[in-house]
Amino acid sequence: MTNWADKELWGWGRYPRVTARCARPERRREVEEALRDRGGEPVLAHGLGRSYGDAALVSGGRVLLTRRLDRLLEFDPETGWLRAEAGVSLEEVIRTFVPRGFFPPVVPGTQFVTLGGALACDIHGKNHHVDGTFADHVRRLELLTAKGEIVVCDADHEPELFWATVGGMGLTGVMLSMEVRLARIDNPYIEMESIRVENLDHFFDVSAESGGHTHTVSWIDCVARGPRMGRGIFMRGRHASSSAAPAGPGVGERLKAAAEPILDVPFDAPGWLLNNVTIRAFNEAYYRKQLKPRTNSVVHYEPFFFPLDFVRDWNRLYGPRGFLQYQLVVPPDPEHRAIRTVLEQITASGMGSFLAVIKEFGERVHGGLSFPAPGVTLALDFPNYGQPLFELLDRLDDVVAEAGGRVYLCKDARLKRAQFRRMYPAWEAWRAVRDAWDPDGVFQSELGRRLGLVPGSQP
Amino acid sequence: MSVLILGATSRIARELANRYAERGQAVFVAARDTDEAERIAADLRVRHGAQAVAGGFDATDFDGHAAFVDDVAAAVGPIDVAVVAFGDMGDGGDDVRRVIEVNFTGAASICEALAAHMAPRGTGCIIGISSVAGDRGRQSNYLYGSAKGGFTLYLQGLRNRLFKQGVHVMTVKLGFVDTRMTFGMETGIPIASPAQVSRAVVAAAERKVDAFYYPHFWRGIMTVIRAVPEKVFKRLSL
Ligand SMILES: Cc1cc2nc3c(=O)[nH]c(=O)nc-3n(C[C@H](O)[C@H](O)[C@H](O)COP(=O)(O)OP(=O)(O)OC[C@H]3O[C@@H](n4cnc5c(N)ncnc54)[C@H](O)[C@@H]3O)c2cc1C
Ligand SMILES: NC(=O)c1ccc[n+]([C@@H]2O[C@H](COP(=O)([O-])OP(=O)(O)OC[C@H]3O[C@@H](n4cnc5c(N)ncnc54)[C@H](OP(=O)(O)O)[C@@H]3O)[C@@H](O)[C@H]2O)c1
Repeated sequence: MTNWADKELWGWGRYPRVTARCARPERRREVEEALRDRGGEPVLAHGLGRSYGDAALVSGGRVLLTRRLDRLLEFDPETGWLRAEAGVSLEEVIRTFVPRGFFPPVVPGTQFVTLGGALACDIHGKNHHVDGTFADHVRRLELLTAKGEIVVCDADHEPELFWATVGGMGLTGVMLSMEVRLARIDNPYIEMESIRVENLDHFFDVSAESGGHTHTVSWIDCVARGPRMGRGIFMRGRHASSSAAPAGPGVGERLKAAAEPILDVPFDAPGWLLNNVTIRAFNEAYYRKQLKPRTNSVVHYEPFFFPLDFVRDWNRLYGPRGFLQYQLVVPPDPEHRAIRTVLEQITASGMGSFLAVIKEFGERVHGGLSFPAPGVTLALDFPNYGQPLFELLDRLDDVVAEAGGRVYLCKDARLKRAQFRRMYPAWEAWRAVRDAWDPDGVFQSELGRRLGLVPGSQP
Repeated sequence: MSVLILGATSRIARELANRYAERGQAVFVAARDTDEAERIAADLRVRHGAQAVAGGFDATDFDGHAAFVDDVAAAVGPIDVAVVAFGDMGDGGDDVRRVIEVNFTGAASICEALAAHMAPRGTGCIIGISSVAGDRGRQSNYLYGSAKGGFTLYLQGLRNRLFKQGVHVMTVKLGFVDTRMTFGMETGIPIASPAQVSRAVVAAAERKVDAFYYPHFWRGIMTVIRAVPEKVFKRLSL
């Protein structure tokens, strides 16, 4: 018998919030049991809740909290292949394997995500232009489907189900385990170069000449206007070679020192904390940090990959109304018209973004609902200003869809269905595969209902 | 050094297995659910590079307990630390016998077998996971509480007996811990994580603590609860 408990859940943006009956399976068979014991209601897996909007939420449904399905099952130190349960976090993978000389092949901007969440959102990292997405390093997965069967899928067996689950936002079933190939590293350090970027054209110039770096990303001041529009700090780097790493205590000890977050936000900050003035001041100060046009350094992987993880629960700084992230990708365009229009609309609206990053993706695409596509991606955090913000984001959707781009579903809480269909033309093919495995819509989410991805969504 | 974890599918037990495995000790993880025990052993091997073996164990298979201890010793060597972590809170129905048999009879039975294994070697440590519920009978869980209370008393006597033979017995009285047992409960009182429990238990065992509460504040709470006169207590709904 499954033990269900009502819990209020939310994503990283803390908007929206939804109450659902939750179970927290600790064993494999408890996942199967919970699916059977769902009382006819829809089901959804929920990992570490680091998607920003409503992807991991379902009202009037059952949520399976996967965090305790966290066994590392097999590891081959010769090849780096790891077989692990879907609730394992990247933080655990890193803590366990960095001392042995391995790193996850792709990491997002936080290490507090589960393997299941990483594959369900087909996440990308700073190395997309070289290594593709997380799914490019996964060869097999075990999925519990709507009929209660455990299906092992890979390139040879049920490849369609495999690729529908990649980026499938939890709507094809519950992943139980997967095989992911870890990348070899010499040490926990990154050789990094920071470059002050004066404006958008400069960003694209630097980006174009950064192909030799495995990792690139740029912070961008999205308050700056006119000739300074797009100014920022471009960071590029690679895992350090043994000769570049600073000497000192062994790898294992240096890692321990970095394991726990240093700061905590124990309660909600008042809603006014992050406002136009503080956002402007922050962006200005951040830009001024980079005094020299170029600096080279060797840094630990944590500040490089996960600069925000050292403040646990930093999302509470946005206060009780929460915040929204908007991430878009638009195809390459020599004049960068869409990006310019987006930045202009944001500065004109007066609704600043506290943190914005920009990066050029590589060529690899996966179809279905997978987000990355060739072109440039821009991610912006906005305090939840309410209606005016939603109207601004609707206008940005127009610009993005018009340019042949799309927004990232795992960051989204408000995209409209018609726009979604323009952005993801492969959605129908994806939906056909999904429906074949789950005709009655056992797996549902708020996002899935809003975008019409599951049977029975309101027209 | 080898460590035996009984009831390894409990999250508290698994965290204890982690603590010992990360110290390089060989661990035998025993549970009724052998599939899961295998997965847990695999995890200990991958995560810590430890020697970890899984095996089946049923607390109510009293007659098999002595042979089980021999099997464990054959697999991972003489047992230095044994953790009795299994437990059964019951589901409030007609499970009187099961709750007593798992929490008390089964626990005592396996401890006797462990004592017989450790005493002749003059070394070893038995860690019994008991509960604050065993400190006073309350209407909400007195069946489980009485079995745990009996186990606490049993551990006291065993400690007294084995002390002279060089074997340490430690009683852990747990308050609320965030596990399957408590998932969804409105506790109203801070709840400990299984990892915190495991660190406290391993540290206490090293210092040869006889008995302790975890989280520590439960000691104060239970002192107060025990002090309430029965005349008053019987009228409360706790
Ligand atoms: C600070 C920060 C930085 C980020 N940076 C990046 C970035 O650089 N690149 C990037 O791509 N993303 C980024 N993200 C987004 C994050 O990587 C994804 O949202 C990821 O999916 C979160 O994993 P999770 O375990 O928290 O999943 P959740 O948020 O809990 O769930 C996300 C989705 O995965 C599904 N899911 C989870 N587990 C399973 C399972 N076992 N089986 C089936 N479906 C499942 C859920 O149903 C849901 O649809 C960032 C997020 C944060 C908070
Ligand atoms: N969580 C708390 O707040 C709390 C408080 C006080 C004390 N405790 C004690 O802490 C210990 C661990 O419990 P938990 O909280 O982690 O809950 P749990 O997950 O329910 O663990 C109890 C374990 O006991 C095992 N078990 C039950 N009957 C058994 C039998 N006949 N033979 C062998 N194993 C059996 C179960 O395994 P299988 O079902 O797979 O056999 C299960 O893994 C228990 O002794 C419990 O009484 C817990």
